[in-house]
Amino acid sequence: MAHLLEAKNITKRFGGLTAVDNVSFHVDEGEVVALVGDNGAGKSTLIKIISGVHKPDEGEIFLNGQEIHIDSPIDAISHGIETIYQDLALAENMDVPSNIFLGRERTKKILGFVNVVDYEHMSSESRKVLDRLDIRIPSLKSNIRNLSGGQRQAVAISRSIYWNAKVLIMDEPTAALGISEQKKVLELVSSLRKQGIAIIIISHQMYDVFSVADRIIVMRRGIKAGERLVKDTSTEEIVSLIVGAESVEKRSQ
Amino acid sequence: MAAESTSNGERLKQGAPGGGGFFQTAIGRFSARNWALIFLFIMIVIFSLGSSGFFDIVNFQNIIHLSTGAFLLAAAELLVVITGGIDLSIGYVYGLSSVLGAKVMQILYAGGAGGAGSMPVWQVIALGCLAALSVSILPGLANGVLVTRFRVPPFIATMGMWGICNGITLFLADGFMPVMGAPSEINAIGNSYFLYIDPSKSISFFAKPSYITQANIRSVLRLVPNSLFLSLAVLLVLGFVLGRTRFGKHTYAIGGSMDAAIRSGINVNRHLVMIYVIASFVSGVAGLFNLFQTGIGNYTPSGANYELMAVAAVVIGGASLTGGKGRILGTAVGVLVLAVLENGLQIIGVSAFYRYIGVGVLLTIAVIIDRAFPDLF
Amino acid sequence: MQTETAEKQGTLPELLGRNWIALFIVLLVVFFSVVARSFFSFDTAQLIFFNGTEVFLLAIAELFVIITGGIDLSVGFVMGFATVVSSKLMVACVALGFSPFWSILAASVVTLLIGLVPGLVNGWLVACLRVPAFIATFSMLGVTHGISELLTQGIPTKNLPALAGDIGNGSFFYVAPGGAISFFSRPQVARGQTVLAIIPNMVIFAFLFIFLFAFILGKMKFGRHLYAIGGNIDAAIRSGINVKRDLIKAYVISSLFASLAGLSYVMKYITGKPDAGANMLLEAIAAVVIGGASMAGGSGTVGRTILGALVIAILETGLRIIGMQTFMTYILVGVILILAVIIDQVFPNRNR
Ligand SMILES: Nc1ncnc2c1ncn2[C@@H]1O[C@H](COP(=O)(O)OP(=O)(O)OP(=O)(O)O)[C@@H](O)[C@H]1O
Ligand SMILES: [Mg+2]
Repeated sequence: MAHLLEAKNITKRFGGLTAVDNVSFHVDEGEVVALVGDNGAGKSTLIKIISGVHKPDEGEIFLNGQEIHIDSPIDAISHGIETIYQDLALAENMDVPSNIFLGRERTKKILGFVNVVDYEHMSSESRKVLDRLDIRIPSLKSNIRNLSGGQRQAVAISRSIYWNAKVLIMDEPTAALGISEQKKVLELVSSLRKQGIAIIIISHQMYDVFSVADRIIVMRRGIKAGERLVKDTSTEEIVSLIVGAESVEKRSQ
Repeated sequence: MAAESTSNGERLKQGAPGGGGFFQTAIGRFSARNWALIFLFIMIVIFSLGSSGFFDIVNFQNIIHLSTGAFLLAAAELLVVITGGIDLSIGYVYGLSSVLGAKVMQILYAGGAGGAGSMPVWQVIALGCLAALSVSILPGLANGVLVTRFRVPPFIATMGMWGICNGITLFLADGFMPVMGAPSEINAIGNSYFLYIDPSKSISFFAKPSYITQANIRSVLRLVPNSLFLSLAVLLVLGFVLGRTRFGKHTYAIGGSMDAAIRSGINVNRHLVMIYVIASFVSGVAGLFNLFQTGIGNYTPSGANYELMAVAAVVIGGASLTGGKGRILGTAVGVLVLAVLENGLQIIGVSAFYRYIGVGVLLTIAVIIDRAFPDLF
Repeated sequence: MQTETAEKQGTLPELLGRNWIALFIVLLVVFFSVVARSFFSFDTAQLIFFNGTEVFLLAIAELFVIITGGIDLSVGFVMGFATVVSSKLMVACVALGFSPFWSILAASVVTLLIGLVPGLVNGWLVACLRVPAFIATFSMLGVTHGISELLTQGIPTKNLPALAGDIGNGSFFYVAPGGAISFFSRPQVARGQTVLAIIPNMVIFAFLFIFLFAFILGKMKFGRHLYAIGGNIDAAIRSGINVKRDLIKAYVISSLFASLAGLSYVMKYITGKPDAGANMLLEAIAAVVIGGASMAGGSGTVGRTILGALVIAILETGLRIIGMQTFMTYILVGVILILAVIIDQVFPNRNR
């Protein structure tokens, strides 16, 4: 059976630098894949290719076995590939429903011909999706500016989910959060997996990786340095893959 | 990591006109960097060919003399723009200084005139200048304090100060009246030249030979208007301060990244207050020059947009409104571009109104070039 | 993920702090009423709105652009441009033999169409060429100023059809002493009897457009997109909003309202001149900021902007009634502008 999302032999160069070098990977329904690696290993570049920010120099992307072409973030979204960037891309000056529906506002007709934004509908739909993910935000009418980091992350995730994401890509979702908020986001990831969503998560936190991921892909200097199932590996092994053989040698010199 | 989030900013940037081909060559890079200078040169050539009156030492000195005020205002604006701010009040500090100086001189002069033991003229003038200059520091101080202590955006703080200065000026000017009655000596100081050469007889400094009357002044060759010394002084001092001193380095650092400047231990608040005070002071000097040049105190008419013209000169001269960039020499070129445009159009007999349009077009070109070659400047 | 909620109603001072404009307006009215007995009247209220139409319209012009995080410096001279174009067109149409009514109507419609052009160019420069709004709109200020001066050659337009002044200074309806009501034209009454004029035409004209665009900004998708663009332009782009198109629209609306202000001016003062709106930039921006919008973009509403403009309109008319000169208006507008920003920092959450 074909994988939900599969990338084959992706290469991306920036001038002389090969940021991603012939990397292949896949992710299936209800699976969480963690992408790990040192700073500058090429993780973000790889997911930006999937989410339409960068175009690959070489390689193909398949969705359910069909080759797709992703030329812009909008293309990716229309294929059900949603990305939560590190900065979340929320309009801080607007409230929760406005953000969940940003750019895709529901409208209703009044007087038979004027389309006005249907705030009540957006609000109740937002409430539904937040409930489904068991996210508690005291007032939907409060602006994003007044929410905590975890709540913002949750709003960003809800937005993706509401629009029927099949694949959810998260770039360091827990980086700027406190301990309890981190836990909450990880719980959210687990509950999304149960709902059959494929998740690619970039993280530097080994704890996160081992607590939510099914599979780990390690990148080093643009290449795929290894791939392990979480149940078959250990933190030590992943760390040594991240640092790489050369570094280990250097250190022992 | 933060850089990753700007991916779409990058995508927008790619929409900007690219700098391929010609502009990659050395000559191309030079001309892109110095387009304003080249443009100035081309304008001079065109106006010189287009009319007999333009290419003339008298006219050139005239251009420089008349653009003194504009240059001083642009210099003031440059300081603020480098820090990433903007000062919309300078045009009205200019008017305030001119009117206040005239008012003080008028009162002292009228009080003393004819009366026994009256104040010497030079004292009247000195006190007028002192009053104007000391008061013109205040708007800058207020701007600086509002921007740093009260976190009012520079745009708003200085716009408010625009209203306040304009109101006070109109109050002093008794509602839309130029202030007359300052000693006529100021006019002589403001409009005389360093050197007067009468080809047949003599050379004299700073004042026309006494046997020459205003009517036959044209027979004397007048060189180097006094106002040029003022501009040169500002040019040299600011050039030195911005380019060679720690104060200058800090100014650029604040404009480049406020956070980085704070973290590297620069006293950003104090520095910004000083910048706004200096800008305001220089605008006051410009206003006084206006008084010396015209002999009357002129309020700033609404819609004169002196401050916006100053911003235009600064931007044409290569500064960026996002801060961290800009040089006084470039600003001088920017001022000259606008001055030559105005003067040349007048001389070749094209309606001077085209100059408003010209400024708009030039300014937009300046920014588009700046966008296309961000690494050049 | 519990946090303190944003919607705490707060203490009384906070409530007052957040609604300080309303309080301030009340204080202004009380002040002027005490100083000048004649101030507190229906006529004065009408006069304030009548004198203020241009400020209201220009404030809305500025609001649409400020919400996106931009600025439009050209509004005053686009207004002047509109006064010149419309007045010249009216004179020309009458000269061609059209009736005054049709001349005025045709000139107004054509002016509003031409008035969209500066906005289109501004929007294109800002959205497509990424010229900073400050520069793009200042350039447009120069261009519209230059063209207006070329059109008038320094002489304000004269000889407009008298009907223009009748409309511009007339009211929606009049109540004659006997209780008879007549629309649009002042009834003939015996000398010495007073006729009550109700709602100046220009106020109705201005507020028709203001209400329409309040609706668009507050209720339609496009309006929300403007807030999103001003709040986080990257987020707006990634959520598929056509940012370039919406930005251009914002500048076009700004230009449209500036032209409306120009039309209002022409009808009221029966003349057109390039600098008709020259000194109104400060007031327009001040109205928006006093109304609680942030220059950084993403906030501001039509309602609050109108309140901000009302503060300025009351000041102007009130100071004139109590015999103060113009200079006080400048000073007070400057002071209130700065205070507005400071007060809003002390009492945040006044957004939207
Ligand atoms: N737009 C770009 N232009 C040029 N080089 C780039 C660009 N984006 C990334 N790079 C380079 O590609 C390499 C991989 O960067 P990438 O951001 O993918 O690393 P990363 O694994 O996400 O690192 P981190 O953990 O620090 O986020 C780096 O050397 C980076 O400098
Ligand atoms: Mg990264």
